[in-house]
Amino acid sequence: MASTSPAELKKTPLNATHRALGARMVEFGGWDMPVEYSGITDEHLAVRTRAGLFDVSHMGEIEIAGKDALALVQWLTSNDASRLAVGQIQYSALTTPTGTFVDDVLVYRMADEHYMLVVNAGNIAKDHEWIRGQAASRGGDTAVVNASARYALIALQGPEAQGILQTLTGVELAGLKYYWFGHGEVAGVRATVSRTGYTGEDGFEIFTPPAQADRVWQALLDAGRSADVKPCGLGARDTLRLEAAMRLCGSDMDDQTTVLEAGLGWIVGWKKDDFLGASRLRDQKTNGVERRLAPFEMKDRAIARHGYPVMQDGRQVGVVTSGTQTPFLKKAIGFAMVPARMVEVGRPLMIDVRGRLVAAEIVPEPFYKRAGRT
Amino acid sequence: MSSYPSDFKYTKDHEWVRLKDGEASVGITDFAQRQLGDIVFLELPAVGQQVKQGDVLGQIESVKAVSELFSPVSGEIVATNADLVSHPEVINTAPHDSWMVRIRPSAPGEAASLLDAAAYASLVK
Repeated sequence: MASTSPAELKKTPLNATHRALGARMVEFGGWDMPVEYSGITDEHLAVRTRAGLFDVSHMGEIEIAGKDALALVQWLTSNDASRLAVGQIQYSALTTPTGTFVDDVLVYRMADEHYMLVVNAGNIAKDHEWIRGQAASRGGDTAVVNASARYALIALQGPEAQGILQTLTGVELAGLKYYWFGHGEVAGVRATVSRTGYTGEDGFEIFTPPAQADRVWQALLDAGRSADVKPCGLGARDTLRLEAAMRLCGSDMDDQTTVLEAGLGWIVGWKKDDFLGASRLRDQKTNGVERRLAPFEMKDRAIARHGYPVMQDGRQVGVVTSGTQTPFLKKAIGFAMVPARMVEVGRPLMIDVRGRLVAAEIVPEPFYKRAGRT
Repeated sequence: MSSYPSDFKYTKDHEWVRLKDGEASVGITDFAQRQLGDIVFLELPAVGQQVKQGDVLGQIESVKAVSELFSPVSGEIVATNADLVSHPEVINTAPHDSWMVRIRPSAPGEAASLLDAAAYASLVK
C-alpha cells in the first residue's frame, strides 16, 4: 500500500526503488524511508539466518582533513582516534563540554590526515555546525566538509553477506577484519566497503556514488537471490540493533546523557589528552555515575516502550529508552535509564505499561550475540 | 489486494463485525493488521462485562505499535478467543477469521451505523 510522501521530506537515491518494491514508507529524521517490506519479523530473521539488504543512505558523512585533522578528531570525540590505522574504524561519541552526546559516530581513518565521521541522519546539519564551530575556535589546519550528498550507503548484513558480496567485488572480504574498510568496485561501481553494521550480525556497509546506488542495490539483490536475501526497513534495523544492545542516539541517549551514563565507558580514550567533556567523564569514572542505562527483559507478557516510567514504591525512578518484542529471541527486551544503585543483573524492575505495573528484570548485555565472535 | 467479506459489517476504526445467531463476533480488518505489522500481544476484556459502542475492548500490540480495539456495538461480552491471545500472530495471516470477542448486542439498531463491505473497501482504498 502506497503512503503519501510530503514534498519536504528528503529522499535517498533508492527512494523510487523502495516504492517499486512495495515498501511501507515513513518519516524518519526528516527522511522518507522504508519501515518494512515483507514484515519486521521476516526481515529480522532473514538477517539473523541468511542476509538482509538495507538502504542507510540517510546517514551522514562529515570529512575532516588537514595537518591538524587528528588533533581535531581527538578533541571532538571521546574515543582515542590515534589508535586508528588507515583503513580502520572506531565507534565513538561526539561529545559536549559536559561529556554528553552531540551524536554517536563511526570514525573512519581514510588517510594519514583525513578522517570521515558517519553520523545519524537527523543530526547531520547539527553535527556539521558543531564541528565547524569547534574547528574555527581552535584554529589549526583543518577542512571540515559535509560530504553526505556524495554518498549512498547500502548495508548487507547476515551470515551470508560475505559470500553474496564477494561475487560482486574484488575487495578481498575474508581478509577484511571487523571495523576495517577497503576500496574497490562493487558491481562495477567505485565503492568503499566496511565490515560494520547495526544489526549484531556479520556484514558490510557499502559507500557508493548516489547515481550508481540503484545498480549496486539491484546487483546485491540478484546475487543474494539463492540465499533468499531480503530487503529490510528501519523497523527490522531497530529490532536487530536493540537485540544486539546497540544504542540509538536520540532515544537511548542525548545531550543530557553522558557517555558513561549510556554504559559506553569502552569508547572513552582514558589515556589521551584533553577532549570535550573529559573532566566530567573522568570525574564520573572516579566517583561513579548517579544513573545508568540498564538492559532489561520483561518477565510478564508486555512490551515496555520508549518513555514508559520505571517505578519503585509508587514513585517514578527511571524511564524506558528503547523497548520491543524481538523476533529472534522472542522476548520483550529494552533499555531503561535508572539509578545506578539499581543496576545489577537479576534485579527486578517494575515498569508502568499504560497504567499497569509490569515486572521486568535487569539482564546482561548484549541480549543477542552471534556465534563465533569473540 | 484484500477482499472484505460481504456478510460482515465494518467500523471506521477498522474493526469487522459478523452478526450471527444473535451474537456479534468482532475482529480487525486486513487493512488494520497490515498497518500494525507483526502482532505480538492481544489483551481482551473479561467475559460478562457490559460495553457500549465505541468503548475500548482491548489492546492489540505489534512489534512497532499499540492499537486499541473499540467495540462496534453495545452489549455483553459473552466470549473471548483465548487461542488467539496465545497465538496473536494468526491475526496477520487470517484477519477475517480471527474473531477476538463475541458480544450479545443490547441495541440492535446500532448495526445500521456500521459500514458495509463496499463502503469500507472504498474507505481504505
